[in-house]
Amino acid sequence: MEWSWQRIPSEFLVTDVKLCRQGKLGKRKGFLHIRKGRIEGLGVGAPTAEGIPALDGDGLVCAPGLVDLHVHFREPGHEEKETVATGSRAAAAGGYTSVVTMPNTDPAIDNTGMIRYLIDRGKEAGRCRIHPTGAISPGREGQGMTEFGDMVSAGAVGFTDDGSPVASGGLMSNALKYADVLGVPIITHAEDRSIVGKGCMHAGYWSARLGMAGMARAGEDTAVFRDVELARAAGAHLHVAHVSTKGVVEIIRRAKNEGLRITAEATPHHFSLDHSRCRGYSPLFKMNPPLREPDDVNAVAEGLADGTLDCIATDHAPHTVTEKEHQFDQAPFGVTGLETALGVGITYLVNTGVMDLGRLVQCMSETPARIFNLPGGRLEEGAEADFVLFDPTRKWKVVADGFQSRSDNSAYLGETLIGRVAATFRGGRLTWRAES
Amino acid sequence: MILKNKDVLGLEELSAEEILGVLEIASRFRAVFDRPVRSVPIMRGRTVVNFFHEPSTRTRISFELAEKRLSADIVNFSSATSSFSKGETLRDTAENLAAMKIDMLIIRHGSAGAAHYLAKVLECSVINAGDGAHEHPTQGLLDIMTMRQRFGDLRGKKVTIIGDISHSRVARSNIWGLNKLGAEVTLCGPPTMVPGGLARLGVNIEYDLKKAVADADVLNVLRIQLERHSSKSFPGNREYHRMYGITEDVVRALKPEAIVMHPGPMNRDVEISSEVADGPRQVILDQVANGVAVRMALIYLLSGGDPGALGGG
Ligand SMILES: [Zn+2]
Repeated sequence: MEWSWQRIPSEFLVTDVKLCRQGKLGKRKGFLHIRKGRIEGLGVGAPTAEGIPALDGDGLVCAPGLVDLHVHFREPGHEEKETVATGSRAAAAGGYTSVVTMPNTDPAIDNTGMIRYLIDRGKEAGRCRIHPTGAISPGREGQGMTEFGDMVSAGAVGFTDDGSPVASGGLMSNALKYADVLGVPIITHAEDRSIVGKGCMHAGYWSARLGMAGMARAGEDTAVFRDVELARAAGAHLHVAHVSTKGVVEIIRRAKNEGLRITAEATPHHFSLDHSRCRGYSPLFKMNPPLREPDDVNAVAEGLADGTLDCIATDHAPHTVTEKEHQFDQAPFGVTGLETALGVGITYLVNTGVMDLGRLVQCMSETPARIFNLPGGRLEEGAEADFVLFDPTRKWKVVADGFQSRSDNSAYLGETLIGRVAATFRGGRLTWRAES
Repeated sequence: MILKNKDVLGLEELSAEEILGVLEIASRFRAVFDRPVRSVPIMRGRTVVNFFHEPSTRTRISFELAEKRLSADIVNFSSATSSFSKGETLRDTAENLAAMKIDMLIIRHGSAGAAHYLAKVLECSVINAGDGAHEHPTQGLLDIMTMRQRFGDLRGKKVTIIGDISHSRVARSNIWGLNKLGAEVTLCGPPTMVPGGLARLGVNIEYDLKKAVADADVLNVLRIQLERHSSKSFPGNREYHRMYGITEDVVRALKPEAIVMHPGPMNRDVEISSEVADGPRQVILDQVANGVAVRMALIYLLSGGDPGALGGG
């Protein structure tokens, strides 16, 4: 049988690809054998099985489907920015097969019904595995705890009040203890709002020069320090979201050396861009945590390279054009990331020599899947057939109308990135194919 | 051409030559004030819009006066009286203004960068009348003009800016302009009001008022923006006045020729004592008069006015 993109068979081969798994990019070309949504076999050289339709990978890299531990799909409440369907499409276009959604929707994801709703919407969309997190506190208001146990049985993979920090150390402490028994992490959006105040960009030379209120590093550092100590006391798994400062990298490095169960993620923008980008007052460079100083950017990149930071998560935060047309200080925080993450990783980490492609792929698939106990994100026999084919040398220009996301508030508009997704498969089904 | 760009957004963007060129024209306009007929009809038939998205009586009146003396047609918008609401994006505002085919826009906005944005999307000239805590170039120019009237060349002159630097667009415009003219700038105020990041702009930062003013030629005293500070960033007016207020005691220790400036409106007996505010060192009314002259000069030059046509100053 011949390969056909139009009708993907339930059993097929992907040949002539460079397998990228377990932190290594294969030197020789190899193949992947898919059967009924799972990986039947894989290896170097040519497959021995005969009579099975084969997709000629043409030398592309074949990696586990990417896994993003931090996305905002805005549904319910802000479907004008993104929905589970449009977000899933953006994810697939970026090479992702699994995403963890943040609960700061309107209303917040703070009960079992909402968790089920998101999972169902994800299944309807069919392009990407949706793993919701639940809010720590009802309405993310920081008063009391939601029903963690019930939500975990419905499919919640962790808890966070992301978008807002948990101001009360007592609540955070209880959440850590409670979640740990259920086998899920607490994800901290670490920010001391009494330090950060009305800041809208990193507090430093550029905020001083541009006349904008700054967000001091200490607002993030002290909040992470508190949560690490609470996790130590509870013996629980704390996951630190969107690390942006060298101080936090250091705190996590120390905590890991001491054997604490701390994991952490960093966003593509925090390892690639610094606060000088704000000089033109474009709200496309307004995020929380903010773009910081070059030594922070380097520390985050190094942290990813040496494993202090476990994984790359996009903090994909779509906003409408109208919102992003407000002045910098009035515009909302956040930028999209799913469709540029791989390119940014290759351009700013691999091609700069910070890490090799094997490590990058690991940071974007295997490791995040492992630390959150998610299916997918592995290229091995018997695993879900979630994989991505990409060309790590392909140059492309980021343009506003090139996105699958409903929003185009990308910090990389106009930039040329290297590395582009050719096709994405989830459970053996095609979820995205780029026009060649 | 004295001004290279169609807009005046900040002193960051102006060269020393441009600053001096504008001030030269401004001083000629200053001379016109003393004549019985004080208007120059260069702007006849041209429309200037004063768009004040943030309340400011002084700056608006000063601009209006400058426009009237140049015989411009004036349209005033302010956030309080117009339909330009808070929810409207600046882009909507810009499109409205563009459709009105105006010749010049004077913009005061609470957000840093607002004037820059409008300048980019509008064809007409834009003068920044203050954008957030970023720049207030006409204030910077009038301050420099006032200093030059006393000292001439500012190279090597020591200017100390005292007060709430973090929220001050006046401070930033002063820093850019004075640096370009070779003056030495020192910033002074409580540490909670002086962002350390500014040191990289080539200024001294000194938290001790006595040291900061010891050999200063100019004290530029900023208004404490009471409304912008929560009680947490400084203990209160009484302590501020004791530690950073410009009082008779402070002035007595100054160099004999040193002057005291204030952009107004003053909080008497907070950042400046009444004796000093009304005393012999202050040049506050010169600042006000220079403000009109500087604004006339900018409007004149941006409208293609011929510097030679004004005659000698
Ligand atoms: Zn967050």
